[in-house]
Amino acid sequence: MDFVVCVKRTPDTTTRIKLGADGKDVDPQGIEWVINPYDEFAIEEALKLRDKAGSGTVTAVSVDPEANSTVMRKVLAMGVDQGVILQGGGNYDGFSTAYLLAEALRGMKFDLALFGKQAIDDDGTQVPSMVAALLGIPRVNVVTKLELGDGKAVARRQIEGGEEVVELKLPCVISCQRGLNEPRYPSLKGIMAAKKKPLDVKKVSAPAAPLAVEKMEPPPARPSGRIVADLRGKSKEEIRAACRELFRLLKEEAKVL
Amino acid sequence: MSAGPVLVFVEVRADGVKRASLEAISEGARLARTLGTTCAAIVVAADPSGAAGQAAEFGASLVYTAADARLKNYAPEAYAKAVVAARAASKADTLLFSATSMGKDLSPTVAALLRTSVAADCVEIKVEGGRVKGRRPVYAGKATILVSFATPPAVFSLRPNVFRAEKSATGPARIEKLALDLSDADFRSAAREIVATLKGKIELTEAATIVSGGRGFKGPENFHLRDKLAEALGAAVGTSRAVVDAGWRPYPEQVGQTGKTVSPTLYVAAGISGAIQHLAGMSSSKVIVAINNDPEAPIFKLATYGLVGDLFEVLPILTEEAKQALGK
Repeated sequence: MDFVVCVKRTPDTTTRIKLGADGKDVDPQGIEWVINPYDEFAIEEALKLRDKAGSGTVTAVSVDPEANSTVMRKVLAMGVDQGVILQGGGNYDGFSTAYLLAEALRGMKFDLALFGKQAIDDDGTQVPSMVAALLGIPRVNVVTKLELGDGKAVARRQIEGGEEVVELKLPCVISCQRGLNEPRYPSLKGIMAAKKKPLDVKKVSAPAAPLAVEKMEPPPARPSGRIVADLRGKSKEEIRAACRELFRLLKEEAKVL
Repeated sequence: MSAGPVLVFVEVRADGVKRASLEAISEGARLARTLGTTCAAIVVAADPSGAAGQAAEFGASLVYTAADARLKNYAPEAYAKAVVAARAASKADTLLFSATSMGKDLSPTVAALLRTSVAADCVEIKVEGGRVKGRRPVYAGKATILVSFATPPAVFSLRPNVFRAEKSATGPARIEKLALDLSDADFRSAAREIVATLKGKIELTEAATIVSGGRGFKGPENFHLRDKLAEALGAAVGTSRAVVDAGWRPYPEQVGQTGKTVSPTLYVAAGISGAIQHLAGMSSSKVIVAINNDPEAPIFKLATYGLVGDLFEVLPILTEEAKQALGK
């Protein structure tokens, strides 16, 4: 079986976001780039399924205007066989990214195309569904359990308060949620091997992005709060009085109860 | 951009129309008034009649319905076909979805068919110079962006719990049945069955009140203190990544950048210091209450009201007082 994993490099979750000079994007200075955390579940699932099948390849594909190979080498170090970076100019939005990925996937043989359920930078949550729609193949998003057999996939998809069970014919698109597996850490051997694995950079051009960012701003400042009471070392009665005061504030001042 | 009609997708689940959809219809009706146009809705269901009536109550003047027994469970391709048909019939320039599980799945499917993107999970919709724009958090709320579309149609999904749902006095709506030609291919990704996992509990992303517990609980055996307060408040329960990573609580309870992003009316954080990745997931809550024994904890910078103290002493009393305050 053959697998494609679509990956993105994103700032690490501990990164403090600073606005860039153009006021439309983040300042890339000082950002530590990592594999989008949800993509790690997609990579792990592809590796697991390839090894279970005993043959086949896992190819990672990434749309990256800067063609940064450092993060892609980490993907290869986990055990992915080869990488393809789709490089073009300009800003990409959900549709233009999905368009480029769909065009690349059209020319590849695969049984499953796996994605993370969302990228933690722009949180757009749209590329996997769009790629499947553009390719006209089945898909299921936010998957926490996956079984393959008889040319079919049976997936459990997380929804509010439950799960949907979806049965799909292969080839299909799967977007992965935490809980699906435990992503491996690259081994030293894997890191060494990754240096020699094929990594192609392909120049591509996408249709103009339909969605434009007009400006990026810090999140709205919250009105400054207050400490209702410092209860360290206080008696039960004092704690009770403070709790009562808190509920009075929630009811009368904040009006949320 | 011309100010063509607004079309809102109405999500119907087993227990009726989603609250988030009523918020989206209300916002659609408000937006249509600002633009001087009309607001239509599309209901896709085995039996859409009840939902169509509700859509009218909340401000849709025209409701398209797609009825078919096979549409009982969510089927992305068939649902997308219905929305695209409603868009063609209504000539809508603006499409609104709720950023629920279904909305986040369906909106990009529709957008791809219309060859456009989704402005996902918006917290504000506004009109500037006749153009509809959306404000949406990125980096899990560490920044926000204002976005607009080069050409119509514009597709937005709206974060649940942010927009006000309000009944409208527009009067009864016109109902128009869509004739869809649905084939097996339109059910290629359909849900075969739905399994409830949160029996009797409240889903985090839909909750008006959330009580979250962090590492300050010191171990999985103490989380009943969080659960009791949540029960008294009628709240959903959440936690931090550190707690999930330690294996004390399951991942579906995790709030933060790699968990759920929530915006309840009231968020109570107990024993949570406030790592940036947690704050990112809950900072759009309307009111935040923090309980922590470290007065320097970052959570207090964000909290509307803070109690500095030992949660093992404070929570049991807070729970009793919650029952008192809510007359339970």
